[in-house]
Amino acid sequence: MTDPAKDVMTLSRPKTNTMKSKRVRPYTLTGGRTRTRHHLLVETLISVPEFDPVLADSLMPESRALYTRACQRMSIAELSATLTLPLGVVRVLISDLAGQNAVFIHPTAYAYQNNPQVLERILDGLKQLPV
Amino acid sequence: MASSSSLSDSGLLTISAKIVVAGGFGVGKTTLVNSVSEVAPLNTDAWMTEASEGVDDLPPGGKKSTTTVAMDFGRITLHSDLLLYLFGTPGQSRFWFLWDDLSRGALGAVVLIDTNRIDQSFAAVNYFEHDSVLPFVVAVNRFEGRFAHDLDEVREALALADDVPLIECDARDRASSVGVLQSVVTHSLSLSRISAPG
Repeated sequence: MTDPAKDVMTLSRPKTNTMKSKRVRPYTLTGGRTRTRHHLLVETLISVPEFDPVLADSLMPESRALYTRACQRMSIAELSATLTLPLGVVRVLISDLAGQNAVFIHPTAYAYQNNPQVLERILDGLKQLPV
Repeated sequence: MASSSSLSDSGLLTISAKIVVAGGFGVGKTTLVNSVSEVAPLNTDAWMTEASEGVDDLPPGGKKSTTTVAMDFGRITLHSDLLLYLFGTPGQSRFWFLWDDLSRGALGAVVLIDTNRIDQSFAAVNYFEHDSVLPFVVAVNRFEGRFAHDLDEVREALALADDVPLIECDARDRASSVGVLQSVVTHSLSLSRISAPG
């Protein structure tokens, strides 16, 4: 199975030749930061409203992989699992991308305080599932 | 730019919600999640990286531990703009730090029980009764159609409060598993109506 995002990650990039080792301790990528400006739950969906190849080229490999992968709307948990990046790292890098308006952070039911209208829609959806 | 026009063009702005599936080892969490999920299970090793670092790098035996616990993960598209995610909580205590992360923001939880190994789920019941604000229901999984105890006995054995819904299910059966999820949402709804201001 080909994995385009993995290809992107392993491309050698002359501009970032300071990163010689492929193995980087996860929080080196985030400059040691573990907190984010955005509230990102494991189920929070991320998408890319408009893919910008120039921006993609300017990103660190991990951020670029996230940016590319999020073109298919995906949750934080799925981004972490499919790119084998720790949840905490995904959160920090996605938060940075959101700060650049590169990615869109979708609202969660929790953002609506799991309000009754949202819960009703969820219950309604479950009742309509084919079983 | 996150322009609203391009978002609506691709039919975006999707709300995601989450239900936590808890319970001890071998009580049927994986079975329940897989019976309703529309996606294949994920390799969730990366979620555990924080735990692995420093703690699990080299176990005392010297043998590199590459065995991690696959965590249950499922997704159900309820409407074109509404997704429900299912997250199983890890059974092993060394991954309990993940419980808070996985359950934060969830609309509710289900604790699965196998009456043949009821002790396996004590920790999960305890967590949701005392260490979490999430609404939760307890579901007794009928293995192979057997159901050895009646629900009152189970409630007593778990010392479960009267206001916690206790139901039966067959985790292998999709309709039954969907029913469990409906019970969680119904319970959350009833609590949200009670606590709703005004």
